[in-house]
Amino acid sequence: MDERKLFAHELEARLDELLLLSLRQRSAEEPAALLEALPRQMQERVLHWAGVAAQTSDDLGWLIVSLAATRAASLGENFDDWVRAGLDAYDRSGLAATRKALNEFAETHRNREQRSQGGVSFAAIEGRLSRFLHALDGRPLKLVSGKTAWTDTETLWLPERLDVAPDATANRLLYKAMAALLWAQTRFGTFNLDPEAELELWSDRGRGLAWFALFEAMRLEACIALELPGLALDIARLRGPWPADLAAAAAKLARPEATVADSLACMAERRRVGAGDTPNFPHVGALDPVAARRVRAARITREMAIVRRALNVLRGTGPNGAAADKSDYPPLAAESETQVVDPQFDLLSLPPPAREAAKSLMQDFGEIPPEALHPAGPGAWQPVDAVDTPITASCTTPPDAFYDEWDYRRAAWRHDWCHLYEMEAPAGDHGWVDEVRRRHAHLIRSIRRRFEALRGEDKPQRRQFDGEEIDLDAQVEARADRKSGAEPSSRLFIHRRRVERSLAVMFMVDMSGSTKGWVNDAERESLVLLCEAIESLGDSYAIYGFSGWTRTHCDIYRIKRFGDRYDAATRQRIAGIEARDYTRMGVAVRHLSGLLVRQNTRHKLLVTLSDGRPDDYGDEYRGRYGIEDTRRALLEAREKGVRSYCVTIDRHGADYLPQLYGPAHYSVIDDAKKLPQKIAEIYRKLTG
Amino acid sequence: MNNTNPAGRTDVRADLRKLATPLVRLASEPYYHATGDELAVFEAAARSCLPVMLKGPTGCGKTRFVEHMAWRLKRPLVTVACHDDLTTADLVGRYLIVGDETVWMDGPLVAAVRAGAICYLDEIVEARKDTTVVIHPLTDSRRALPVEKRGEYIEAPPDFMLVISYNPGYQSVLKEMKPSTRQRFVALDFDYPEAEVEARIVAHEGGVDADTAKKLVKLGSLTRKLKGAGLDEGAGTRLLVHAAQLIAAGMAPPIACTAAIARPLADEADTRDALDDLIRAVF
Ligand SMILES: Nc1ncnc2c1ncn2[C@@H]1O[C@H](COP(=O)(O)OP(=O)(O)O)[C@@H](O)[C@H]1O
Ligand SMILES: [Mg+2]
Repeated sequence: MDERKLFAHELEARLDELLLLSLRQRSAEEPAALLEALPRQMQERVLHWAGVAAQTSDDLGWLIVSLAATRAASLGENFDDWVRAGLDAYDRSGLAATRKALNEFAETHRNREQRSQGGVSFAAIEGRLSRFLHALDGRPLKLVSGKTAWTDTETLWLPERLDVAPDATANRLLYKAMAALLWAQTRFGTFNLDPEAELELWSDRGRGLAWFALFEAMRLEACIALELPGLALDIARLRGPWPADLAAAAAKLARPEATVADSLACMAERRRVGAGDTPNFPHVGALDPVAARRVRAARITREMAIVRRALNVLRGTGPNGAAADKSDYPPLAAESETQVVDPQFDLLSLPPPAREAAKSLMQDFGEIPPEALHPAGPGAWQPVDAVDTPITASCTTPPDAFYDEWDYRRAAWRHDWCHLYEMEAPAGDHGWVDEVRRRHAHLIRSIRRRFEALRGEDKPQRRQFDGEEIDLDAQVEARADRKSGAEPSSRLFIHRRRVERSLAVMFMVDMSGSTKGWVNDAERESLVLLCEAIESLGDSYAIYGFSGWTRTHCDIYRIKRFGDRYDAATRQRIAGIEARDYTRMGVAVRHLSGLLVRQNTRHKLLVTLSDGRPDDYGDEYRGRYGIEDTRRALLEAREKGVRSYCVTIDRHGADYLPQLYGPAHYSVIDDAKKLPQKIAEIYRKLTG
Repeated sequence: MNNTNPAGRTDVRADLRKLATPLVRLASEPYYHATGDELAVFEAAARSCLPVMLKGPTGCGKTRFVEHMAWRLKRPLVTVACHDDLTTADLVGRYLIVGDETVWMDGPLVAAVRAGAICYLDEIVEARKDTTVVIHPLTDSRRALPVEKRGEYIEAPPDFMLVISYNPGYQSVLKEMKPSTRQRFVALDFDYPEAEVEARIVAHEGGVDADTAKKLVKLGSLTRKLKGAGLDEGAGTRLLVHAAQLIAAGMAPPIACTAAIARPLADEADTRDALDDLIRAVF
């Protein structure tokens, strides 16, 4: 782009054109004069947003421009968010509210800037930290922001913002140290002992907990040093030396054999000599052993059950052994068969989910507890038909189709269990898609360009019977053949032909309630970008949405059938995609892969766009059941020649995905806003 | 080109020889650390004249394994790196014009068949579909290769062996291997070796001490957990060996790891930063 700044008169002319100011007898002279001082890139952004806002209303455009003239410079990076906040306010409550929202946003931004140049926000570091934690050993942890830094052994809370250290680098390091210590609590057994007996002896429980946390920080730092010495060094440098009167305790807790019991012993010692407040170490988070142990106990119960069931299956006493039985309710293990399995049993012989559970149990106990090695007895699974009474009213019409559902607990099908209704998706705002196309015009162009390479048009087809160019290699070969008396080939040309990709793609879009807001916007915008790009490729594609409410209301919304064109009506249906109910995924996969299989192409691809794990009303489909059923449905599709790929928007790592989609066929996007940019790239990679 | 000049002719012949497929005879044992029963399976397949498919992520020792087996079985090795422009002629051979004469030049596949060599087609899915079909008659009981151009039908000697590699981690649906091809092969699964073994490999190959090797392997295993969460694939043994080599050449470990591991793996900012954090944590 031309980097020259726009002069005031140029800005004035462009604003005039965008906002039709002359018609309204307003003059852009004043804002233009102010905007002249901005760098070109910022000027373009102001003009861009003025244009966007003016699509909604000229007054809104004018408001944005006049405020931007004074605010843009100080907003910097946050300018786009500032405008978006304004547009949101306008949609919600009109022009006056917009002015207020814009001013408030700018003020908050200024305060924050003033408070610290070196502060770091959770949002700024989340992506980096969550990947860092994801790579570390042990059970996956969710990362969220909260008031204090602490963990319940499954979720890890970190402060919204850190301003303690003098500069950004040090604050980032502080975030990392906090997170690492909390990870270490879950990894190195902070919650494996109940500290209540000791805590009860403290008159001030809060103070007791603070000491507990401090001693644990000493011990855990040493644990970290064994595995990740560089990280431990960073932490040590950050905290500085321990106070002299604590050095002995620190040394004792740093021994490799130290456990949480030693930390409790140190506490008891402190208590006896009369403990004051702990010295202030910002990298030491808080401890809530009660909450953590509650989560831990629930997890242990769950995982014990998983391991024991897996053992059942391994030993042939479980549902798999009875799989030959055609009944819906295969008999479960007999009581007499609950013997203890060899404690030295090989973790690797367990199926992956049970292996994960067993590893997690090892993390909680240091070993697999012997109870877990008893295979589960009878009654381990009661067939529960949780909620299957119709809840919504619409259901007097018979369903369009019935689908079986897989019940992993019984290792059996539930026949005709899901009632599927297929209907046309309602149309949405007709201008919306155009707005998205305008807003992303640049992105669409660049995606198209990159997709062109896929089309293979640029790739010459060599050795053709006919073509625009002579294939020199082939000519030489033919001449050689002729000379040697062999039959020369007559494929002597290069033809720039469109390569037949023979690919049909089904996009299955999650319309569950949880997608409301950003995710839904991101899904719709992504579909627009995809359509724009795929149209240029010529692949055959369809878009369907899914949602529902219990097994008797599984809804499939037609947005674009394979035969449909990407026309105004289709665009309106894309615009109309909205967040509805739940995510019963298996049945949707079955139905849509069925439609896909009927396509006459060599390759068939099912791409799901969703924001998390399968879920439905009532507890049954949530969790393992839904995951197993969906997995099953994807396997069935695979057998029919449909490959699936799942794009999940889930900022929390989505630990269930490997199990659901197999090792290669998914990607996780941690920020909905990134979806539109990423999706085209994913599609290109998938089909290139 | 002056074909009346005998000296010139010799030059052309010499040039042609340079073009001929190199039959590699490994004189010394290529270092390979076995991780399972792959040696025995491969030897059995060789004895039974069955083709072999090596599956696994990139940089986990597939190529090295084939080299090792070629040495072990005392057979020459022909390696072809497949790519999407690879034509049948590139594999089978073609006529060339030398002066006024035509000279047939065996392609690597034919050369391997004639010599009773091991022919290793690396990353077979990259090759064009119409190219892959020429290997079919070599992979069933016919064990022969028709060379249409020459009207020749070459039966493979018992020592000829076809080996292909394939990375199932590929995400393109268009690059899946067809069952009709897959099912002709005895398959061996490759994966990153266990930590201790991998450390020994890295130490040996990279020329670093055991402690550094252990740290590199630790780093490798951490990056592998990021598969699907920022990375398409974690660091293979090859990248670890590269980092080790840089370290052995005197570079500071974190810089070596950034250059040899983090940068080749990731472009995206958050992932790059996280990889840098991991490198810092390990060293
Ligand atoms: N089992 C092994 N024994 C010896 N070296 C190995 C082994 N696995 C990996 N390597 C090392 O890793 C490097 C890359 O392996 P390579 O065989 O090229 O991988 P692939 O062919 O699977 O992509 C080798 O050059 C070698 O240094
Ligand atoms: Mg290789």
